[in-house]
Amino acid sequence: MALAADTDHEALERTPSQVGDYVTLLKPRVMSLVIFTALVGLFVAPGGLHPVLAGTAILAIAIGAGASGALNMWYDRDIDRIMSRTQNRPLPRGRITEEEVLVFGLTLSAMSVATLGLATNWLAAGLLAFTIFFYAVIYTVWLKRSTPQNIVIGGAAGAFPPMIGWAAVTGQVGIEAWVMFAIIFLWTPPHFWALALFKKSDYEAAGVPMLPNVAGERATQNHILIYSVVLVASGIAPLIVGMAGWLYGAVAVGLGAWFLWLAFDLWRTSEKDQMKKVARSLFRFSLYYLFVLFVALAADHALGLYLGAAQ
Amino acid sequence: MTAERDEDEMKRIRRRRSVALGIALAVFAALFYAITIVKMGPAIMNRPL
Repeated sequence: MALAADTDHEALERTPSQVGDYVTLLKPRVMSLVIFTALVGLFVAPGGLHPVLAGTAILAIAIGAGASGALNMWYDRDIDRIMSRTQNRPLPRGRITEEEVLVFGLTLSAMSVATLGLATNWLAAGLLAFTIFFYAVIYTVWLKRSTPQNIVIGGAAGAFPPMIGWAAVTGQVGIEAWVMFAIIFLWTPPHFWALALFKKSDYEAAGVPMLPNVAGERATQNHILIYSVVLVASGIAPLIVGMAGWLYGAVAVGLGAWFLWLAFDLWRTSEKDQMKKVARSLFRFSLYYLFVLFVALAADHALGLYLGAAQ
Repeated sequence: MTAERDEDEMKRIRRRRSVALGIALAVFAALFYAITIVKMGPAIMNRPL
């Protein structure tokens, strides 16, 4: 152990942390989803925001999300060494020191919240601060290693960005913002449980209590099916609360039907290898599902604006 | 020879990091300048001292 620490130290002396390592700490792939959903929240909100302020808001939300990713990597440095998916992160590889990561995460958190508050309003900034706290403390420190319901509650952190975008424009949080929150919140569990089904051994080795490891594969398949039904219903909610029209409705129903089919297919599969295969395709499709649903929401809104202007 | 090359490589990496930090700070300053102008308007320049 001491030898490993010494080797790490020597490695650090040889190569200082590079710019790319800092970018990796921000979890760019997670960040891209945050930017996208926040952008949609900001776009579909009634009223307007000056392009400079809108751009600043998106940048602040993205940096805030990145900062929470860095804080997550700082805390999870022990288990990141074990899981194949995370072994190449800068901290487990010894390319950066713990202190650098912590200071980087905290500094960016403070700067992003302050920037959002000054550029838009303090409700949006407060929501961003809460999101960072929720992901870095409630999820990473508390829930992730203690309960198989970790991602159910932790999913809220990923669900806040469109709400923050909405609040940045309107200065309040309406039913529409809650609907967008609900879609991502309900999407997270089936998405990650599908991942956990085919990465089960990884989570097992790291001691993270994901549902398949704790309750078994059958229970996970049941959970995924139930959550998928509720998710698809929430996907149609924008139509019901009047924030979207037929274009969105058609997309939501079509995508929802496919999502349910995959969840059902997974539920009825008991052979291990086949089950992993279906879980992988559900995981992949769930990414498209969320992306296309939010594209449809924005497209529907744009169509409404266009038709409104044409009349 | 190798030690010298390592030293050069380290300097290069540090320099690149410093440049990146410098650019980030410059963008941050420009952003706040733009936010100020947008929120307060160009009239901020016309105030009596």
